[in-house]
Amino acid sequence: MRQDDADGARQATAAPGSHLPAIELRGISKAFGPVQANKDISIRVMPGTIHGIIGENGAGKSTLMSILYGFYKADAGEIFIGGQKTAIPDSQAAIAAGIGMVFQHFKLVENFTVLENVILGAEDGRLLRPSLAKARAALKSLAEEYELNVDPDAVIEDIGVGQQQRVEILKALYRQADILILDEPTGVLTPPEADHLFRILRNLRAEGKTIILITHKLREIMEITDTVSVMRRGEMTATVKTAETSPEELAELMVGRKVLLRVEKTPAVPGKPVLEVEDLRVTDSSGVERLRGVSLNVRAGEVLGLAGVAGNGQSELLEVLGGMMQATGKVRVNGQPIDLSGPHADGQSRRNAGIAHVPEDRQRKGLIMDYAAWENSVFGYHRDPAIQRGPLMRNAAILDHAETQMQRFDVRPPNPRLAAKNFSGGNQQKVVLAREIERGPDLLLIGQPTRGVDIGAIEFIHQQIIALRDAGKAILLVSVELDEILALSDRIAVIFDGRIMGECAADTASTQELGLMMAGISSGKAA
Amino acid sequence: MELLTVLQVLDSTVRLSTPLLLACLAGLFSERAGIFDIGLEGKMLAAAFFSAAIAAVTGSVWIGLGAGITASVALSLLHGLASITFRGNQLISGVAINFLAAGMTVLIAQTWFQQGGRTPALIGGGRFNGVVLPGAEALRDVPVIGPIYYELISGHSILVYAAFACVPLTWWVLYRTRFGLRLRAVGENPEAVDTAGISVTRLRFAAVVICGLLCGIAGAYLATALQAGFVQDMTAGRGFIALAALIFAKWRPWHALYATLLFGFLQAIALRNQNLDLGFVTLPAQAMDALPYILTVVILAGFVGKAVPPRAGGQPYVKER
Repeated sequence: MRQDDADGARQATAAPGSHLPAIELRGISKAFGPVQANKDISIRVMPGTIHGIIGENGAGKSTLMSILYGFYKADAGEIFIGGQKTAIPDSQAAIAAGIGMVFQHFKLVENFTVLENVILGAEDGRLLRPSLAKARAALKSLAEEYELNVDPDAVIEDIGVGQQQRVEILKALYRQADILILDEPTGVLTPPEADHLFRILRNLRAEGKTIILITHKLREIMEITDTVSVMRRGEMTATVKTAETSPEELAELMVGRKVLLRVEKTPAVPGKPVLEVEDLRVTDSSGVERLRGVSLNVRAGEVLGLAGVAGNGQSELLEVLGGMMQATGKVRVNGQPIDLSGPHADGQSRRNAGIAHVPEDRQRKGLIMDYAAWENSVFGYHRDPAIQRGPLMRNAAILDHAETQMQRFDVRPPNPRLAAKNFSGGNQQKVVLAREIERGPDLLLIGQPTRGVDIGAIEFIHQQIIALRDAGKAILLVSVELDEILALSDRIAVIFDGRIMGECAADTASTQELGLMMAGISSGKAA
Repeated sequence: MELLTVLQVLDSTVRLSTPLLLACLAGLFSERAGIFDIGLEGKMLAAAFFSAAIAAVTGSVWIGLGAGITASVALSLLHGLASITFRGNQLISGVAINFLAAGMTVLIAQTWFQQGGRTPALIGGGRFNGVVLPGAEALRDVPVIGPIYYELISGHSILVYAAFACVPLTWWVLYRTRFGLRLRAVGENPEAVDTAGISVTRLRFAAVVICGLLCGIAGAYLATALQAGFVQDMTAGRGFIALAALIFAKWRPWHALYATLLFGFLQAIALRNQNLDLGFVTLPAQAMDALPYILTVVILAGFVGKAVPPRAGGQPYVKER
């Protein structure tokens, strides 16, 4: 808090008497085919401030910023940088205008060193040696100035995502950027890493840099921004001072109606253990041990949330339990042992054992994107005699069934003949969820249930998960969104580097303690 | 075996490795920039024909070389147009170029020269002759060093020396220059290059043109130095062996040299001894011819380390969704 005040005071002196906005967009429009991604958007961002842009997935935030960075060309509209009308036909022009961008998916060359990535496109001559030496010195001083420490000789694929993100920021600063755009920067970070990022951003603001932060997380907007703009369906619905608004108001502006931010649920009534996992181990094809002896159990009528930063073994755990990957160890469902590496280690046997699986990557593993919704609605359950007649599928029956299912799960549009790829992320997820929940599994494995899903649909999906729990089913929830874990779980386990770091009841869990465990510091040491 | 026999085998290894090396480096430039090129064979073939044809007509091998390079670069640009500008499938474009070259060369050869799809035999200034390095004659009779210098190192055509010089040059360009950094980057992650404000299209076209240039020299070498004139399908799969060598070398210049020398050596043995007697087993010459491909399969199967191609290889760069 004290730190914030000090930053605020310095910020006031950093940009004295500057009344011209650092960035002004006037009437920006952009369409991709029939989809109007941005409609007549105008926005002003004052120098030395952190400006948030919030909106649901597909609201057009990233498109707008890609236009500002010259990655896409706007169909109409004008851009003013520091009061000067500026044409930004390509990224080169954006860089020249002092704009730097940190994309959601980093634009780094994975097998290059940090230094090589920083100089790429900003070299000082035909030969690399002098450029590298200059960048090395510049990186050193930037690291000291902004807490942006990265080993310049490290290869990108060997360092963590938090560090990779710092490389992206360094790239922008090395190019003398005064305006920094960050697109969903905390999605891949642990809470301590996110805190570090916010410290860096405050340092940058204190030096007079202008920062645009794109996010769908209300908490971040409230924590760090000075002003915030809300986008909905390609339009800018409001711009307000952060201090004068509330998360509830912003959520309503984003969705266009009142939203429940908390999940309403009664205390769990856990029954007998449904899933028992003992000493589960997985080694991947390159010989790396992904799961190093995981043990956990989930009881009927409870949600066990598995928290952790992506890539710490949670995906492998889901795939092993879902029958998509082989492993060693012991797994029992309803007391019956499950085959982990033999002929019955497949999805079909798992379904017969009462396990349903909503995979993390729904577009690749949960759906066939080119197939229609009705076809997708039976995958995995296509051997059900009710939908077969001899060797033939009873397509008319499946189609009918899919239609009622889609209505019940509020899939929009409720047209079973539409290909899966033509639904939004949230509606795709509802198709998968409907299929998996429908046959009343004893255990639901669900990975990243709301990744890429808009707020309205998040609410619905969360309600479905809780309803299933209340029906006495066991649920293993894997999510990298800590807020989601906290909202839905009855118990929380944290996974780090293929091991369970610790477990706690959801109502006594603190974000801080979980954050430390997610970073690999056990709760014992943290206390 | 006698020293002289060994030297003769090694000497022909050098000669046979040269076109493989040039084609391999050509593929290296293209594939490092993310453009897969299975049209090396076709480009070499076209270059072989045009260099021999023009050298036969003009009597100047240098004009022939220029014509060969021009033909090869033209095909490269065609590949670039299909796969970079129009974002077509790089493999299909490469296959098309191979067929185009195979048919076109024979057809034009027959029309121009009426010698059954050949060019006239090249004589005198129409061919690259061996360069005798300074001191080769003088050292000839010195034991061991003399024969090595005279037989193995001296006496090759200028293109051989150029090919070998291309190895350090390629390494230097790739790892020590701005162009090389960008070229490698565009084959790994074109979005990183694009967001850094560099044109992906221009870089990839530059890579493809370099590829055409080197293929052109390789083809001209076949028709005007290794042999004296063009005959139908004279590349005989060398473009594909060069691709195999490229994978074997894991897309690295020095390793490309070692791989092509190894494959050239196998060809040299197959050419000299019909069958190779290893004492306990006799390998037929065909086995030697097949060995480059077998080794490549072994590599691809992951027995000798992993060959990871440039990550963006084969994919056209599409910016907007």
